[in-house]
Amino acid sequence: MSTKDIIDMLAGIEPGSGLDAIRARRLQARENAQKSYLSLFEPIDAGDFSLAERAAVAAFVTGLHGESPVAAFYRQKLAANADGTALVEPIQIEIERGKTSGPYGAFPAGPLSVENKAGLIYRVSTERKPQLGARLVAALEHAHLLVFRPRDAASADMKALLAAGWSTTGIVTFSQLVAFLSFQVRVVSGLRTLAAASA
Amino acid sequence: MSAANTVNPPVVFTQDELGWVSWIDPLPEAELTERHFAGLVDRARAKSEYFRLLVRDPEVLEARTKTDKDIFYNVADGLPRAERELAAAATSRYNGCIYCASVHARFASTYSKRRDDVQRLLDEGVKADLGERWNAVVKASVALAATPIAFGPDNVEELRRAGLDDAEIVDVINGASFFNWANRLMLSLGEPSK
Repeated sequence: MSTKDIIDMLAGIEPGSGLDAIRARRLQARENAQKSYLSLFEPIDAGDFSLAERAAVAAFVTGLHGESPVAAFYRQKLAANADGTALVEPIQIEIERGKTSGPYGAFPAGPLSVENKAGLIYRVSTERKPQLGARLVAALEHAHLLVFRPRDAASADMKALLAAGWSTTGIVTFSQLVAFLSFQVRVVSGLRTLAAASA
Repeated sequence: MSAANTVNPPVVFTQDELGWVSWIDPLPEAELTERHFAGLVDRARAKSEYFRLLVRDPEVLEARTKTDKDIFYNVADGLPRAERELAAAATSRYNGCIYCASVHARFASTYSKRRDDVQRLLDEGVKADLGERWNAVVKASVALAATPIAFGPDNVEELRRAGLDDAEIVDVINGASFFNWANRLMLSLGEPSK
């Protein structure tokens, strides 16, 4: 557990700073955000979701949020993985194809339907499918849904992942990874904004 | 999955108690080991379909649960619990998680004693006028939930004008950000049922 705190590193929080002291008052949250990161990216068992796949999904998800220190961090993690290096370029192209603004999607049919908002239903380009493989193609399409239109999720999406070779346990870890990154990228952005506003 | 034919999904945001049904198979209670119970943190969570699904990855669940508990329950200082729950409810309303919104709207009502205002957030949406301080918390939560993230210096300024200090603003950032984690799990692995 000697790894530097990732949120502090990405948000540029220096030891002894005001935000360092504030984060220290939520020590359990700080330590467990770090443990979440470690259990997702340095897991005990990566059998259901390989490290290269984790780095590829992370680079895609954080890249979809726009260029940032977080996106650069996960892009480097992908590049540093022996099986990931070749994926950096196709993932980067898919990020550009997938960028849009969220959240959008449909509510259950009824009074909330007036709030339905249409938007991009992202699919990996045919050209990139052979480079990425069936598992990652399904993962990127589902990750895009989770990032931009989580309220559109349906049981059929679980079936698509299972059909692409994902195990039930793999789907749980994959969903946690995308959801965790949705948290991490926001905490980092929020803390950076607050630090800049206090400078 | 087994209960798919009995699901009765809510079609509006509500403070009522809802159930949640998984679309993929949770671990059966009988198969849980000590490693899984460590992941559940509270043993009673073994009764919940949602937690028995997430416990398929016990290390991630344990860290997630402890992050969650400290962000919301550690009220030794910082933002009052009611406003942390408001941030969670507003994020859930904006992302469209009816289940998460129901739980945290109830908590916001309990701790604030402002049930009608909380209901207006659910009924009218995140633009409901709830007074300066709550408006600032809701607006900041919504800006954080947007992709690309729209939270900026104006949000910090509004929160400060509403009386929040930097430690309280960090509680808003943590609470709202955490629900971008929670909403995505609840919305995508199963569905709520009345």
